[in-house]
Amino acid sequence: MVNWSDTALHVVSGKGGSGKTTVAAALAINLARDGKRTLLMEVEGRQGIAQLFDTAPLPYEERRIAIAPGDGEVWAIAVDAEDALVDYLATFYNLGRAGSALRKMGAIDFATTLAPGLRDVLLTGKACELVRRKTKRTANAYDAVVIDAPPTGRIAQFLNVTAQVSSLAKTGPIHRHAEMVMGVISSPQTSVHLVTLLEEMPVQETIDGLYELQRVNLPAGAVFVNMTRNPILDQKQSAKVRKGTLAIKKISEAAIQAGIRQSADVLAAGLLQEANDHVLRADLEARERTRIDELNIPTITLPYLTRGIDLGSLYALAEVMYDEGVR
Amino acid sequence: MSAFKIDAPIFDIDTIVLNTNIHIIVCTGAGGVGKTTAAAALALRAAEHGRKVCVLTIDPARRLAQALGVETLDNTPRRVVGIEQREGSGSLDAMMLDMKRTFDEVVEAHSDPERAQQILENPFYQSLSSSFAGTQEYMAMEKLGQLHAQARSQGTWDLIVVDTPPSRSALDFLDAPARLGSFLDGKFIRILVAPARGASRGIGKLAAVGFGFFTSALSKILGSQVLNDVGAFVTAIDSTFGGFRERADATYALLKDSHTSFVVIAAPEPDALREASYFVERLHADSMPLAGLVLNRVQEVTLAAVSREQALAAVEVLELGDANQKCAAALLELHSERAAMVQRQQDVAARFTSAHPGVPVVTVVALPQDVHDLSGLRAIGELLAD
Repeated sequence: MVNWSDTALHVVSGKGGSGKTTVAAALAINLARDGKRTLLMEVEGRQGIAQLFDTAPLPYEERRIAIAPGDGEVWAIAVDAEDALVDYLATFYNLGRAGSALRKMGAIDFATTLAPGLRDVLLTGKACELVRRKTKRTANAYDAVVIDAPPTGRIAQFLNVTAQVSSLAKTGPIHRHAEMVMGVISSPQTSVHLVTLLEEMPVQETIDGLYELQRVNLPAGAVFVNMTRNPILDQKQSAKVRKGTLAIKKISEAAIQAGIRQSADVLAAGLLQEANDHVLRADLEARERTRIDELNIPTITLPYLTRGIDLGSLYALAEVMYDEGVR
Repeated sequence: MSAFKIDAPIFDIDTIVLNTNIHIIVCTGAGGVGKTTAAAALALRAAEHGRKVCVLTIDPARRLAQALGVETLDNTPRRVVGIEQREGSGSLDAMMLDMKRTFDEVVEAHSDPERAQQILENPFYQSLSSSFAGTQEYMAMEKLGQLHAQARSQGTWDLIVVDTPPSRSALDFLDAPARLGSFLDGKFIRILVAPARGASRGIGKLAAVGFGFFTSALSKILGSQVLNDVGAFVTAIDSTFGGFRERADATYALLKDSHTSFVVIAAPEPDALREASYFVERLHADSMPLAGLVLNRVQEVTLAAVSREQALAAVEVLELGDANQKCAAALLELHSERAAMVQRQQDVAARFTSAHPGVPVVTVVALPQDVHDLSGLRAIGELLAD
């Protein structure tokens, strides 16, 4: 059971291919349950959220993209650094129209390229602005903001914005802005979650990522163990597979009697091989699971969905999160 | 066992790995699909068949790096020990890219010691060389160019295999160097150095007014120190380098060479294959030589004749029976799950092959364990040449 009712900002990261966008989306649906409003934020310009929800590409503008069980609403926005800088200039310098003129010249792109730290502080800064609506209790506030963040290898750097801009600016507005952002990100209202698979490399990256987060004092939330398989064989059966003592002949005969149309030998060999593969893999997964458990951090286990990921499966995963006690 | 069904010409990597006309193989694809492992496996296979190979890896997993002997980041190719010669007398060297070191070396090679020192100490250069978006791609290209030149002049290697950085998009490997090059050579950065001159020349009066806004906004946000650092950096490199854009273009041309071959790696997942599609289209548009697609981690179904439906119907009958019948039910359920997964992977793969019918494909079965030794790499090499 994890109670995130006081968490206003969820940052979801993970190794490429681990399904972090899917997990972020399902989390946003789950947290929007029962009349709440959540916002899903994309920062990498991949339009992964739009693809998942099967909608048109997301603009730099909050849009409602889904409903959640019990009259909840999920909103989404795609934030890119250029838009965020124009936005920032407009807000703090009244540079509204000049900002977009600069953009046409390519100057905004230039500025964000010039200072890569600036790019990240603009992205996280936008998230913080959205989060702070909750504190200020404005009408357009969200109960939670979920960022589909950069991958594990880059997450600590992405969030540790003051360190990033300190090499750029030791005083001045961007420095103050970074400190405001850092104030939100390192506070208890933020949680950084890592998505992993039960495979060696993703688990190692998760361990390294958590260590990095700890090193820069950022609050780790939970590890989402994604795409896990059902333990179809029980312990006794698995042990027999390992020892090679499965009564495979009798088992195949039983299968044939139950209607499987295949010669006994072929069936026995095939079933045995599949059983061996499965147990081998399950044992490896168990080993990786132990490494995750040793981290002493809340874990949320999500199933592998055979049919692939579509809008329906996002709701299914949100349901699993609810059952796992994510509130 | 029935193999993964795929409707495409068969890709035999030996057609490039053992082809002495191929001097560069670039392995590319989305992150997390086994690119680094595939690159190492190709390189090992070539070396064990008599070629003199250098593999440039970008970010290998720790144990794979250990197996290749490249845990230390020293930017120099190291001889890999333990290769088994099948034919000829080949060799394998491996190195891991150190992007900062590579950049430093470029600076040192193109300026006198005093000026090099000045550049290396410049704060803007330091952030550029260590954390800039695109620097890793630029330096991977740069290193490839260097290794290629060394191979040419000294005959050190006859094949260079390159792994590409884990970028947001596989296309970044092709685009980022030129983008970074244009940025460093571009009009804005010039204007930062000499605003008045730049304003009167290239960009026009109206834009110059806008630019006044821009520099003042920029120095407000970033602080004038940053702009000074950038200015000092550009001035320092100006007289020494032939231009970043030109360097990037030179290596880019190398990639179009008929002695170069691209291998695209993907996993049977929609995102990875979408990336692969983009890349294949781009290679075609740029007339770059694509050898084929490696479809990694596919699941193969044994017992192809037993359909999912048949298995599930039997499960219903068996699951209430005795121990053997229950076990049969469990094994058939396993079979049906596996068959479903294979079906899904084949559907995803078919989307790619019907869009790109001419692209040769080789599939590699999902291995239960990560590869972290030479015999594992060798096994993958064999699967690829099947």
